[in-house]
Amino acid sequence: MTDAANPESVADRRGGQSGWNRFYRKNGRALNAFLALVLVWSVFAVNNPVLFLNPLYYNAFLFSVPATIFLTTSLVFVIVSGELDLAFPSVVGAAGGVFMYSVVLGVPVIPAFLLTLAFGALIGVGIGLIVVYGRISSLVATLGLNFFILGIVNLLAQGRTISAPHAMDSFGYTLFVGKWQLFDTTLRIPNHFVWSLAWVVFCYVLFKYHRFGIRVQLVGDNTDSAREMGINIERIRVSVFIVSGIAAAITGALLVQMANMVWFPTSGKAYLLIALAALFVGGTPTWGGVGTIFGAFFGAMTVTLIPSGAVGAGFAGYWTDFIFGLVIILTMIAHRFSGARVR
Amino acid sequence: MVSGQDPIVELRNIVKRFGSVEALSGVSMAVRKGEVLGLLGDNGAGKSTLIKTLAGVYAPDQGEVIVKGEVRRPWTPAAARDAGVETVFQDRALAPQHSIVTNIFMGREITNAVGLLQVKKQIDEANRLMREIGFTSKVFNPESTVGTLSGGERQGVAIARALNNEADVIVLDEPTTALSLTETQKVFRFVEAVKASGRTVVFIGHNIYHVWDVADRFFVIDRGKEAFEGAKSAFAGAEHLIEMMHQLAETGRADTTTLLEETLEPPE
Repeated sequence: MTDAANPESVADRRGGQSGWNRFYRKNGRALNAFLALVLVWSVFAVNNPVLFLNPLYYNAFLFSVPATIFLTTSLVFVIVSGELDLAFPSVVGAAGGVFMYSVVLGVPVIPAFLLTLAFGALIGVGIGLIVVYGRISSLVATLGLNFFILGIVNLLAQGRTISAPHAMDSFGYTLFVGKWQLFDTTLRIPNHFVWSLAWVVFCYVLFKYHRFGIRVQLVGDNTDSAREMGINIERIRVSVFIVSGIAAAITGALLVQMANMVWFPTSGKAYLLIALAALFVGGTPTWGGVGTIFGAFFGAMTVTLIPSGAVGAGFAGYWTDFIFGLVIILTMIAHRFSGARVR
Repeated sequence: MVSGQDPIVELRNIVKRFGSVEALSGVSMAVRKGEVLGLLGDNGAGKSTLIKTLAGVYAPDQGEVIVKGEVRRPWTPAAARDAGVETVFQDRALAPQHSIVTNIFMGREITNAVGLLQVKKQIDEANRLMREIGFTSKVFNPESTVGTLSGGERQGVAIARALNNEADVIVLDEPTTALSLTETQKVFRFVEAVKASGRTVVFIGHNIYHVWDVADRFFVIDRGKEAFEGAKSAFAGAEHLIEMMHQLAETGRADTTTLLEETLEPPE
């Protein structure tokens, strides 16, 4: 602990800066994530303006982006608390199964969805208890649990995929994944995109303005301090896995509906690296204590845009991974400028 | 030696063992209302154990803790706080990536019925607490990040937080360790302000000059026992106190006959 002011503190102490400057200092990470999204989009759009200015292109984008949004924003809580969750892909698959079997057994879509949420929360409690009271590093514990849960699902499903086309006529199905036309454009907004926006707002308020979110941040910033000040560390750490479990359950149930009521046991697998990449592109640092929900939202948009956007912009499919990696590394460097860790 | 004033907190015959090691062997210490008590002792003398006992972190094996005339049992960290004894530990228990206001309300957020923060109320209250101890500046405000503050300023955050709980007694565990001279002066100003507000301060330090400057009375422990105590007026000066502590370190006991007669009027 030195008394000499570090460069950070000099920046912090300069009084009388413009409102913009202050705004950037407080929200730099989310803004960088937003700029990354705009930049990636611009590069694509310049290469193929006809496609990228056509609303039709975004129908597929809006259809697929919500899954990543749900997962990424919930992971903010986990990472900020100082934990890591690698088990959510298996929970997505398992929750989809719970949703599907409920519907097949005659439960209407909305109650089946609520049941799935409860299942996600319960699995979250289980994972949280194992990590917290088993005193296992969450990286290792959730890595193992991901295989374990997926394994159980595969054993139960015996490789079958299940479908329930009859439910596509239901009110619940329309409520969750129905589409509506935006004014008289060719843009058709899927309801699950609207739900994902509502989820982002919910997470933002929970993270920034609720006692729970503040405590998650404090636990991640300095666990010992938080404990000394009477915060129940264990409860907070279990709770972040509940948030993650619920988001994974929502995603699982939505993926089933997005696939016209067909369930694949491995439906969550593809999201493991995507959601984590989105989280970090979104500006939540790896060290815990701080993070941004809106950044995660922009990060989810960016990583969803890249694969289809790169092809749409005329890059051969082989370029996708390269562009993906480039964007991740460049945004990481940009985030460095908006603030290194203060101790 | 206890004068007419009633002690606000009293530790009576405290014994604390860790396995076969007796860290405290029957220490009695009275803290009087409104004073700044300087607690001194060499490394390993039992300062730390005594403070943790005072804070409720350690339950004594024998002896009792009396606050405002009542024996408190069980004596836990929560009980200590409820009784109005707040301890600022050496590590200060801060979250450096968060704002001053978030740190002040850590674990005791002001929220509405559904748990949403009352942001404005917290900031107003933080401003009030910071003004109360003179912890104000043009260059930071309640929303500044704690990690950008200097060591003395961080101590200010921790002290302001301690005041937040309507504490009567603030225990500062080595608050000036590793601080520069100007930073130490800042901390002294905070301590003066806390005292001026009518609260009681227990100040632990191993730099005797630091403790000398702020304390009204001194309590010295050695090898788990009280060595001697005395008001500032009982010493001819800081050198006198240091001389006695040297004696203590070398011979195991200090010559208390050199202590002057205490003047009865309350210091300053």
